[in-house]
Amino acid sequence: MIAVVAATVREGLGWNLVDDMRQLFELHFMVNAFRAGTIVAVVAGAMGWFTVLRRQSFAGHALAVVSFPGAAGAVWLGASATAGTFVASVSAALVIALVPRSASGGGDGEDSAVIGTVQALALASGVLFVSLYGGFLNSLNGLLFGTFLGITDDQVTTLIIVGAAVLAVLAGIGRPLFFATIDADVAQASGVPVRMLSVVFLVLLGCAAAEVSQITGSLLVFALLVLPAASAQRLTSRPGSSFVLTIVLAVAITWVALAAAYFSVHPIGFFVTTIGLGVFVVVTVAQSAKVRIQRRGRSGFTSQGLAA
Amino acid sequence: MFSSMSLTMFSSMFSTANPVAGIVHMFGHSFLRRAFLAGTAISLASGLVGYFVVLRRQVFTGEALSHVAFTGALGALAVGAELRVGLYGSCIVFGLLMAALGSRGRADDAVVGSVFAWVLGLGALFLTIYTRSSSASDGTAGVRVLFGSIFGLSRGQTTASVIVSFGVATLILAISRPLLFASIDEAVAGSSGVPVRLLGFGFLGIVGVTAAVATQAVGALLLLGLLAAPAGAAQRLTSRPFTAMWLAAGIAVGSMWAGLSLSYAAPKVPPSFGIVAVASACYLVAIAITAGRRAAGFGTLGDDHTHSHTHSHTR
Repeated sequence: MIAVVAATVREGLGWNLVDDMRQLFELHFMVNAFRAGTIVAVVAGAMGWFTVLRRQSFAGHALAVVSFPGAAGAVWLGASATAGTFVASVSAALVIALVPRSASGGGDGEDSAVIGTVQALALASGVLFVSLYGGFLNSLNGLLFGTFLGITDDQVTTLIIVGAAVLAVLAGIGRPLFFATIDADVAQASGVPVRMLSVVFLVLLGCAAAEVSQITGSLLVFALLVLPAASAQRLTSRPGSSFVLTIVLAVAITWVALAAAYFSVHPIGFFVTTIGLGVFVVVTVAQSAKVRIQRRGRSGFTSQGLAA
Repeated sequence: MFSSMSLTMFSSMFSTANPVAGIVHMFGHSFLRRAFLAGTAISLASGLVGYFVVLRRQVFTGEALSHVAFTGALGALAVGAELRVGLYGSCIVFGLLMAALGSRGRADDAVVGSVFAWVLGLGALFLTIYTRSSSASDGTAGVRVLFGSIFGLSRGQTTASVIVSFGVATLILAISRPLLFASIDEAVAGSSGVPVRLLGFGFLGIVGVTAAVATQAVGALLLLGLLAAPAGAAQRLTSRPFTAMWLAAGIAVGSMWAGLSLSYAAPKVPPSFGIVAVASACYLVAIAITAGRRAAGFGTLGDDHTHSHTHSHTR
């Protein structure tokens, strides 16, 4: 139905930028998509910055994958898919945070076997719920690879509330969290509750992963959660400016991807991942060229700093 | 999934009849015979290969392959080629590529993850190209590649899967001894004349073939359920390498049979879910057993190699 409406209004992408912009914001669902996308991008940027710094990007990925059965299960039970993703991701975050790490376990191979199994089981459960619901294949692709169609006002409100709560908590724990991330031992010694902070951070990461998966789909959260932060941390080693840069990049990637997805027939997940990776590749190439030039000038000194 | 209507009909007979008649009835359907035949071969190969995947800490490669399998299969469909050409081609090429990069290519985790996310995004693009370009194509192609379609195998596909799987199993058994040596201690194996590098290459090629053939059964996204879960469970249960290898294969085949039967008995349950759920349950049981043993003070497992060795010597 939406596609039909869009087809009647849409004249396609032209050279007149003002006209293109007017088209982009003409339809309510598209305005909602931009609202939702912006909120998600800000949360993803802020959380992603810490996630990359703490090297927990795969935890973020796992939490987002869990959001898929959450959404599918909620739809099957007749609840809202958004609520389902949040419940699933946050409970998964609590489980990860509270289950003690097997210090005497079989090492890396064993750990990754557990993670792989849990992930496969989560996705399989999602398929089960979709099958129980009675098959709804378009929405299945949306859940996995992202969609910007049909974001309701209620969903935007939910995203704002959760996003604001995440950012507020993050602002509260930001400084000690940064300390604990950079040097856990020293932070512990000077009275920072390191373990508590990591639990709180994982729960926040669960919320963020669920938010991001609303736009990118469960499988592609990496694109918004990790890539802007990884790019920004390569561009500058100063924490403050790279934090701001991360959010700017995340919002820019989301806006361009939304516009591209609107004017084409291809899924938004493809655009988010491609633009995100493109930015990262350009930044990396530029940075290594810069380092090479600097080395030629005075050997032995590189300004990689935090990004390394 | 698509034959669920006929399945409902069959399962009602299954549940009312006595078990033996039910099982006879179950194998009266050609699609189920084919699923069991192909499934047994595929799970045997996955179990054997999976043991080495977990032992060599290459689970992450397995996950990467599952993304590549999806994109390769749909890319082939998008350009109008045969799905299996893209599936096998992409998996084998990528497996060898990973082997070539080796430890040199051990980039930042975040970067690797992002590249794989992009690969999946590309797959989503191919999916829309495919479903839009050819109106005759069915819209479920993407779902079938992601989540498998073992009940929909044709006779030709079944034969191909069985041949490929047995080929994989034979190969891995043939190289199992040197591969085990190279996996446990690469340096010592290399210095005593084992072609470590060649084995690594060959092994990842085999993993690629396994990923491609298993994708048809459980789907690209659930590949790890068949590759990692049985192997993880087996490694927990025993520290003896060859016992663990066969145990992994046994658990994989058992999960396949139980999952297929479960899905036949309850038609709403997709076969892929049944298989992965049983395999995961086996892993959970294995973890519970070892935790129980450790709590009881045996302490002979996995983490305590020296202890377990002396134990077997004294026996």
